[in-house]
Amino acid sequence: MKDKIAEKVLLFIALSAILSLALITFFIFQQGIPLIFKAGLANFFSVKWAPTRAGFGILSMIVGSLMVTIGALAVGVPFGLAGAIFLAEFSSKAIQKTLKPVIELLAGIPSVVYGFIGIVILVPFIRNTFGGPGFSVLAASIILGIMILPTIVSISYDALRAVPSTYREGSYAVGATKWQTVVMLLIPAARSGIVAGIILGMGRAIGETMAVIMIAGNALKIPGSILDSVRTLTSTIALELGYAAGDHRAALFACGSILFFIIIILNIIAIRITGRK
Amino acid sequence: MAKISIKKLCLYYNGHQALRSINLDVTDKEIMAVIGPANSGKSSLLRALNRMYEIDYARISGEILLDGMDIFDIPINDLRRRIGIVFATPVVLPGSIRKNLSYGPKLHRRIGKAEVDELVYNALKSANLWDEVKDRLDDSASRLSGGQQQRLCIARTLAMHPEVILMDEPCSGLDPVSTAKIEATMLELKKDYTFVLVTNNTKQAARVSDRTAFFLLGELIEVGKTQKIFTRPVDTRTDDYIRGRFG
Repeated sequence: MKDKIAEKVLLFIALSAILSLALITFFIFQQGIPLIFKAGLANFFSVKWAPTRAGFGILSMIVGSLMVTIGALAVGVPFGLAGAIFLAEFSSKAIQKTLKPVIELLAGIPSVVYGFIGIVILVPFIRNTFGGPGFSVLAASIILGIMILPTIVSISYDALRAVPSTYREGSYAVGATKWQTVVMLLIPAARSGIVAGIILGMGRAIGETMAVIMIAGNALKIPGSILDSVRTLTSTIALELGYAAGDHRAALFACGSILFFIIIILNIIAIRITGRK
Repeated sequence: MAKISIKKLCLYYNGHQALRSINLDVTDKEIMAVIGPANSGKSSLLRALNRMYEIDYARISGEILLDGMDIFDIPINDLRRRIGIVFATPVVLPGSIRKNLSYGPKLHRRIGKAEVDELVYNALKSANLWDEVKDRLDDSASRLSGGQQQRLCIARTLAMHPEVILMDEPCSGLDPVSTAKIEATMLELKKDYTFVLVTNNTKQAARVSDRTAFFLLGELIEVGKTQKIFTRPVDTRTDDYIRGRFG
């Protein structure tokens, strides 16, 4: 009897998770999609964003989101991969046991703290060293790159550790050095896990809002260089939703739909890659 | 001159001594069988010879000479190319049969496609595997049967053009037919290579080896012509082991 009740309760909880996801999805699309058709695709994918005067172009924000995400990957992937390789293959058990939790703890730092560090240290540094406003694609890329490190490191680490140790023996046995074994054997063998880690990190970078608002400058144009300010889809929603009404509000939901769409695609790719062993 | 000369070799795993002052010479182009019960140090001996023990964080003392040269004076890549090893469980690498064979040589130098083809052919032919796999060189190596995988591992070792091949119980998981194929391969290859064969199967040692060394608890008890070891061993412990009275 008790078992039956417990089962039903758990089922209800599990279903409500699915239900809330479905409701959120439905709500966002229901609020946003009609506007895309009302404004027309040409308007929607233009650079003219004046939502109170029927200008619903979100192209510069899409470009902004993509630039910041690519920048974050450019920072996060080399460091994350190098960190994972060091942890998995070149460090002692004691170092692994200390360093891995520390890196994973990076994920627990609130994003507003990252943004704060960015404003106080990184933005002035970029302004003084490279010129420009400092609030820039570069600043956002670096901070986001650090924020996605834990995802990339821990998933890549797990993927490398999951490569059977017999592969390593076989490789050493034909005279491979440790480095050759890593580059020619382990990385290809762990490729699917590493790519999944990168894609999940990418999802995190494209969805990040607070830190980006604080350091990216939020200028509404397609940036000409990485030292220019930039505004992302997420920033726009967070900055404008407070006062938006009518079509403006719908346009922000349309931004959300696009974002949702991008992230779902990234996740599907990640699941496909990790599932195919 | 001995191909491999082992002098006062001791090997320790984390405080546990696995080999106790071993003195042993391996002659060029012979099959030296190493027999003994579990924990006798047979596999440790093999892993010392091409410095695979370093992966296990073991330490050694004493001296091992390859053609009169200390193995610690030979760069490790070169040493492992010259002294190949085949493990008890076949260790195929991910990827195709062709890739398994070209992996080792490609670590050491650039090689073109034609050379890879030639190398694949020669290695598989020598390992008696060519006829069975010639039509599926680009198939995944993990799809081969256990016996074929083990012969692929032998072929992979041969592709490195080694001088010595260490075999660590190469037939332990194989059926009699596959075992016979591998034994036949060894006998054919003996004219060009020196083998050190660790085996739990004393009959196998008797079938293929020229000389046999008997190990017990990390000590070399006796070594001699295989026929003599199996018919008139000096030490009673050797006799007991061969007759299956212990181990």
